[in-house]
Amino acid sequence: MSSDPALLFRAVTKAFGTRRVIDGLDLAAEPGEILVIIGPSGTGKSVTLKLASTQLAPTSGTIRVLGRDLAALPPRDLPALRRRLGYLFQSGALLGWKTLAENVALPLAERDRLPPAQIEGRVRDALAEVGLADSGDLYPAEVSGGMLKRAAFARAIIENPELLFFDEPTSGLDPVMSRTIDRLIQQIARARRATCLVVTHDLAGALRYADRIAFLKGGRFLQVATPAELLRRPHPEVQAFLKAQAVEDTP
Amino acid sequence: MTFTREPTPGRIAPLLAALGRTATLAGLALAGLPALFARRDTRADFLRQLYVIGIGSLAVATVVALFTGMILGLQLGIAFRQFSQELMVAFTLSYAMLREMGPFMTGIILAACVGSAMAAQLGTMTVNEEVAALEMMGIDPVRFLVVPRLWAMTVMAPLLSFYTCVLAFLGGALVGYTQLNIPFLQFIGQVLDAAEVKDLYVGLLKAAIFGVLISAISCAVGFATTQGAAGVGASTRRAVILSFLAILIGGYFITRFFYVF
Repeated sequence: MSSDPALLFRAVTKAFGTRRVIDGLDLAAEPGEILVIIGPSGTGKSVTLKLASTQLAPTSGTIRVLGRDLAALPPRDLPALRRRLGYLFQSGALLGWKTLAENVALPLAERDRLPPAQIEGRVRDALAEVGLADSGDLYPAEVSGGMLKRAAFARAIIENPELLFFDEPTSGLDPVMSRTIDRLIQQIARARRATCLVVTHDLAGALRYADRIAFLKGGRFLQVATPAELLRRPHPEVQAFLKAQAVEDTP
Repeated sequence: MTFTREPTPGRIAPLLAALGRTATLAGLALAGLPALFARRDTRADFLRQLYVIGIGSLAVATVVALFTGMILGLQLGIAFRQFSQELMVAFTLSYAMLREMGPFMTGIILAACVGSAMAAQLGTMTVNEEVAALEMMGIDPVRFLVVPRLWAMTVMAPLLSFYTCVLAFLGGALVGYTQLNIPFLQFIGQVLDAAEVKDLYVGLLKAAIFGVLISAISCAVGFATTQGAAGVGASTRRAVILSFLAILIGGYFITRFFYVF
């Protein structure tokens, strides 16, 4: 593993008014690593993702993204940094008046202003990669939740980002589609050596594809470990969470 | 610039922050004019917005303008008939519509029909994280979403205002002919005699400024939307109320600037 992490948090806090959501978070994700954040609802997982993806500024502490200290980053350099990031939003966040192909093409057409022929080829490849080769002409309202997520996935990876963020990538999906998304995350991390930060409630999926799992509660990581370690020696709070999940998953 | 931001605590600070955001948004969108010429997609969206604003408001504007002209014609006719000065109806209608009522009515119609829709659309996009997605892709939401809307509104508002005035004159002339025994062409002739070039250009300028105010307010309110569907509803209502206030207050100061100083 490289000595320069793709993502680094040092004593990061985040408060909204008087409510402290993130409370002294330390984190380092290496290039090509899949780091999954799990934890109860309302514990700061999505806020952590937004902090790491430059959407929110921390109240205190240091965040380094791909070697750049966000506090020292001039606003004019932010779009250039964001070009190297990909983000899969929980809802997909596709524009309703554009087709799936047009949505996937957005960064290439709107930001990079590539020639249409080049865009078409790359969009076709990206859609094929997520199994939507024949669905590019459909609108978001015409497709299932799984197809929508996969189209959003294609949009997130079309620029070959070095750091990818996934906010509940499998929420609302059936187990088969969840496995497909899990596989895509694994594939993108391994094939392109992209660092993936995943926030999810799907513990079974996380145990399958994560390199490390971080358990967040009360704005702090209670345990950061490989899936094997987490199962072998779980923190008491993690153990309770695992048990609750196991009960939930039992038919 | 990031427009999907955290709420500002306190009472006065959020108001000032919102005013500052709206003014900044208007400035950035006005400065984004070159994008309409340089970028085919922005231009296409601008043309689409022209259609939405113009055609979408035309039916309402027609009915409102025609009946406003008829009501004004009737009321003024009743008043002026006491002094046997029925023709003054045409003069008064010309002044009222070109200077104030035309742009004012157009502003109100646009705020209600178009501004509310802008706030709702951008609000929905904000709560669905579509605006955040644009920012994450390095696409400027102001250039992508606001520039075409603001410029389309700025171009279309004066045209609609002129159309509203013409329809109101026709409505007034109709009442003049049927109720006050003023020949139709004589009424229109009197309207044109009373109309001054300054009234026309100030009225059109006023409508254009209203277009900027309505679109900037509606887009800023839309971007500031939080809390799901209820938030979108609240934003829509807020955008309409703030636009009405801006039209009234702005209208007063524009009139004062051009006719008092």
